[in-house]
This record gives sequence, C-alpha cells and structure tokens, in this order.
Amino acid sequence: MSFHPEMAYDATFHKSARTLAEPGEPFVYTAEHRARFDEIVTRYPADRKRSAVLPALYLVQHQQGYVTANAMRYVAGLLEMTPADVEDVVSYYTMFYTKPVGRFVLSVCRTLSCALNGAERVTEEICGALGIRPGETDASGTFTLIEVECLGACDRAPVVMVNDGWQERQRPEDVGRLLDDLRTRGEAALTGCVHVIEGGATS
Amino acid sequence: MEPLLTRHVREPNCFTLEFYLRHDGYEGLKKALAQTPEQVIDLVKASGLRGRGGAGFPTGMKWQFVDKKSPNPRYIACNADESEPGTFKDHLLMERNPHLLIEGCAIGCYAIGAKVAYIYIRGEFFHVQHVLERAIDEAYAAGLLGKNVLGSGFDCDVYVHRGAGAYEAGEETALLESLEGKRAQPRNKPTFPAVVGLYNCPTAVNNVETLANVPLILRHGAEWFAALGPEKNGGPKLYCVSGHVKRPGVYEASMKTTLRQLIEGDAGGVADGRTLKAVIPGGSSVPMLLPDQLDTEASFDAVQKAGSLLGSAGLIVLDDTTCMVWLAENLLHFYRHESCGKCTPCREGTDWLHKILRKIERGDGQMRDLDLLASISGNIAGKTLCAFGDAAVTPVLTTLKHFRHEYEAHIRDGRCTLPAEWRARQPVGAH
Ligand SMILES: Cc1cc2nc3c(=O)[nH]c(=O)nc-3n(C[C@H](O)[C@H](O)[C@H](O)COP(=O)(O)O)c2cc1C
Ligand code: SF4
Ligand code: FES
Repeated sequence: MSFHPEMAYDATFHKSARTLAEPGEPFVYTAEHRARFDEIVTRYPADRKRSAVLPALYLVQHQQGYVTANAMRYVAGLLEMTPADVEDVVSYYTMFYTKPVGRFVLSVCRTLSCALNGAERVTEEICGALGIRPGETDASGTFTLIEVECLGACDRAPVVMVNDGWQERQRPEDVGRLLDDLRTRGEAALTGCVHVIEGGATS
Repeated sequence: MEPLLTRHVREPNCFTLEFYLRHDGYEGLKKALAQTPEQVIDLVKASGLRGRGGAGFPTGMKWQFVDKKSPNPRYIACNADESEPGTFKDHLLMERNPHLLIEGCAIGCYAIGAKVAYIYIRGEFFHVQHVLERAIDEAYAAGLLGKNVLGSGFDCDVYVHRGAGAYEAGEETALLESLEGKRAQPRNKPTFPAVVGLYNCPTAVNNVETLANVPLILRHGAEWFAALGPEKNGGPKLYCVSGHVKRPGVYEASMKTTLRQLIEGDAGGVADGRTLKAVIPGGSSVPMLLPDQLDTEASFDAVQKAGSLLGSAGLIVLDDTTCMVWLAENLLHFYRHESCGKCTPCREGTDWLHKILRKIERGDGQMRDLDLLASISGNIAGKTLCAFGDAAVTPVLTTLKHFRHEYEAHIRDGRCTLPAEWRARQPVGAH
C-alpha cells in the first residue's frame, strides 16, 4: 500500500540501485601498492586490520580504476574479512566505483550553496557538451559526470571535483574550456584549491 | 578580535613546521607536558571551550568522562569529516594551519592518556590530506610526535584516516564504525564513546576546530580564553559564510560578534544589491532566522535563544530571489541521499519528503501535501537512532513555518511565483 494515494508504490519506488559488481580479472596489488598497503596496516592494532579496508580499496581503485568482485575478495583475504563484509563497505561509500569510469570523473556539487550559485547550469553545460546525463560516461571514455553533495568548499561555489583534484568557482560558460584543457593538459588544468593560490603556497 | 586560529593563513608557507615554530608553535604542547594530565583537563574545563563540531558540548568535560579505570588503551578520534552543507572551516584550518591541529591532537592524547590519535578526514579532502600528512612527517622528524615526545617519556602517534564519501561518518559513533572498517552507521547510545569507543576502548571524539583551540588555551591560559567571548562562549570562533553574499569565506571572530556583522560587515552583505530573505546560521540542519533577527549575537546560547542553533557555524545567506520550496527540495535531496539507512523513519521518511517536495516544486502538489509533510516530519523527528533525523526534517519544518505562502502559491498556481534569477546567477567571486 502506498502511503499516499497519488504516489506509486511499485518497483520504481525503492531507491536502491544496487547491482552486483562484475567479477573482473584476477586481482593482486602491484609491488608498489603492496608495500604501501603493508605500511598502512601498521597504523592499526594488529587484531584490527579491518580498519585498513578503506585505504586498501583506494589502492585497488588507484590500480585498476574501479573495484571488482575479485579485488574485493583479494582485499578480504589480506584483511581477514569475508568478501561479503568488503562488499558491504564498497556498496555503502560513494567514492568507490563498481563499474569502469572515464579518465576524468567530474563530480559537480549540487547542494545548497553551490546550487544558489549556478551549479545546476554547470551540470547542464557538461551534459550538453558531452552528450551524457549525470551518472554516465561519454562515448570516448574520457569523462564521467556525477552529481555529488556538499564538498566542504561552499565559499568557492560552484565546486567541481575532477578525480582527486579540485576546480573551484566554475562558471557555466567556462565549462567548454575546462573540458578542452583537461583533454590536452590533464589534471594540470585544474584551478586547485584557492586557499593555496591566495596563500602563495609552494606545495 | 585579532584572528588567532587563522592569523597567518594567507601567508606563504604558513603550513610548514619552520613557520609554525617561529610563531609560538608547539609551545602549548611543551606547557602541557610540564603539567599532569589532570591539570591539563582542568585547564581546558576552566577555559569553557565548547565543541565546534555542532553540539557545543564542553570539551574539558568530555575529556573528563573518558574512562581512566579501563585497562584498555585510549584514543582520540579527530572528526575532520566536515560534510555539513555550508561548512568549510576545518578545510581551511587543516590546509593552512595543520600543525595547530597536530599540536591539539598531541595535547588531547596527553590529557586523556591516549597514545594514538586518528584524524578521520572526508575522502574528498585529498589535497588537504597531503598537507596534513606532510606536516605529521615534519613533526615526527622533529621529535614532536612518536616515541618519547620532547624527551618527556610521553609517546604519541597521529595518523590520518581517509573516509570515502558519507555525511553520516561525521556522526561520532558512525565515525568510529567507519574507522573500524565498517559502514558509517551509528551505534546505540548509551554507551558513549568516552567509555566504549574505538575498538571498544575509551575514546574522545573531537572536532578539528575544537582541538585547534586547545594549544591556545595552554599558551595563554584559561581566563584569557574565556574572556575572548561572552560568558560560556569563550575563545575565537570560525564562521563560514556562503550563499548570496559578496565575499563568501571563513571569518574568525569572537562570539560577541553578531550575525549582522558577519553577513553585512565581513562578507560584504547580500550580492547584487538584493535584499536578505533569510539566513541559515549553523549549517543546513538548523532552523532559519529572518532579517529582523540579524542583531543576534553569534554565540551558541544566543542563537539558540533566537530559535535556531549555531551548529557548525555555517551561515548560508539567502536573498529575495530564493524559492523556499526549491530550497527545501534541494536540502532533502541531500538528506535522502545521505541517510545511512539504519533506521526506518529516516531511511523511508527522507525519501517520502523529497518526493513530495519535488512534486510540489514541479507544480503537481495538493494542499493536503502540506499536512503530509508536517506529519511525516513529526514521525521522523525524535524517533531515530541519531540526530540526523531531526536535522533532516528541519529544512521542511522551518520553510513551512516561515514561508508557507510560497508552498501554497506553488500548489495554487502550479509554478514558482518568484523570479527565476537564482538560476542565471553567476558564481560569486568568479575570476
Ligand atoms: C549527522 C551528523 C553529522 C555530523 N557531522 C559532523 C562533522 O562533519 N564534523 C564534526 O566535527 N562533527 C559532526 N557531527 C557532530 C559529531 O557527532 C560530534 O558531536 C562532534 O564531532 C564532537 O566534537 P566536538 O565536541 O569537538 O564538537 C555530526 C553529527 C551528526 C548527528
Ligand atoms: S537517523 Fe538516519 S542517519 Fe541516523 S541512524 Fe537512522 S537512518 Fe542512519
Ligand atoms: S554546497 Fe557545494 S561545496 Fe558546499
């Protein structure tokens, strides 16, 4: 029964869009990632290895772009967890991808302060320029667009994250230039964090 | 008031140890190590420092509650999840003054008898994490962290732990679950983290800005700190001003300041010569205040007395082009997305609220939907496992209370009656 007569209570009602991760290729860390993992695990008590699951999954994602079922199994083995426990974690946090994504993931903040400053139009421009909708990857596999919630930089609205980098005060009319610059110069094209620029940091 | 936490944040290399040491850096830690841990806690108590993460709970008291009789190790978990919409102060602090936080973590560990502090930072702050980790490396190399800190016999490790995108990870028990490698879903309270926290050990969960204030108390004393603000609201405070203002940003002030001073003075007032419609003073989870309340003192107690909460001190300023139905829909999209799903009223209710708001905003609403909004909100507030439920219904209830006529206009006319100018608005301060 619906809680409201005008609203359908059918299969489309439920918000879960859960799909099983694809198995993918057999997975092992590269030597470099394994060394990094071994260092990270030492930060937690020896009987609490599971604490390292988020960093371990970030390493997976760094290595192959997204998290496959085989990678989850591998991480589970390293951390003495069950694969189901790892999947539980992967499916909860929004920053892990279970499907291939483009070379650049554009995460446009859509929450209030950014929305008050035109974030919706930034998204529209990106959609128009790439011919995709939020959640999709363009035909060339270069860009994935997602809408995200407040990124904690509302004074520099609208904010767009590009992979782990930042693009702040992104005007809708400059979207075309951003996409072109990313294609040619990669992440070096980003404005980065305005605090750093204003402070004349050398980082 | 002279800025204390953010005095140097615009200067080159202000995040380096060398710079920090030239400006009284780690003097607070030295003073702490010369006292007993109990004396440090008493000092923090006497300063009246209240938590800057949202609830404003006295920090000294929180540290005193940490179970000292337990045979288990103790921990500090620093809450650097900063995900409350409209809040970006910890971001600035960690990026430009990381050693202040590290010093605060070390003093906190000493005070409660912990040897390890984990800084739980939201996954999106990757560039901030780099700055913090480099600062931590510098501190280790200088003997300010690690074994036998400054020859005192006190051992202290500080680690950064990166989250992965979950607002709810900012709730203190959900943060501990996430640190333990699980979903960020809260635990039943009681028991409180001070007794059963990280790995079932006594733990103090403190916000970044809270810990950053501790070195100042050690350096200058409790009375000095308390005298900076009104009674029971001592110390410097960081305010985040965003939305429709000329100069959005982080402003540091005494809590004696007023909302008017922050919005019209520091942030330059409402942009484009428009007029103020309302302000959300403490991040998206608190009720709105109206223009005639701008002279309210920006302290925990005064904002509460005015009918809202200071929360995370994220002031979201709204001008007269803001459609309040659209605003509620925007924020409920956030809460619906971020609900951790552990309890039914919040998981289902936020989805319902969002669907109804979207319907009204699109012009398909009916008058009885307004009662439905109120009744669903009433079935969420106070009936959930964590404070998220109360937070999620606030945007609905506060807009219904002050701007019911806008909802009615949407329903009656089938469209928004306000100009659509907010849509065409340029980013503030764009290059
Ligand atoms: C849904 C929810 C989200 C929260 N998010 C944060 C956050 O991002 N950062 C933070 O410091 N506190 C957050 N809090 C408050 C914490 O639960 C906790 O009160 C705080 O970290 C305690 O630190 P303090 O005493 O130093 O303020 C949140 C609380 C709730 C209920
Ligand atoms: S109130 Fe919401 S966020 Fe909090 S535990 Fe319940 S479902 Fe999770
Ligand atoms: S609303 Fe976009 S960063 Fe906060």
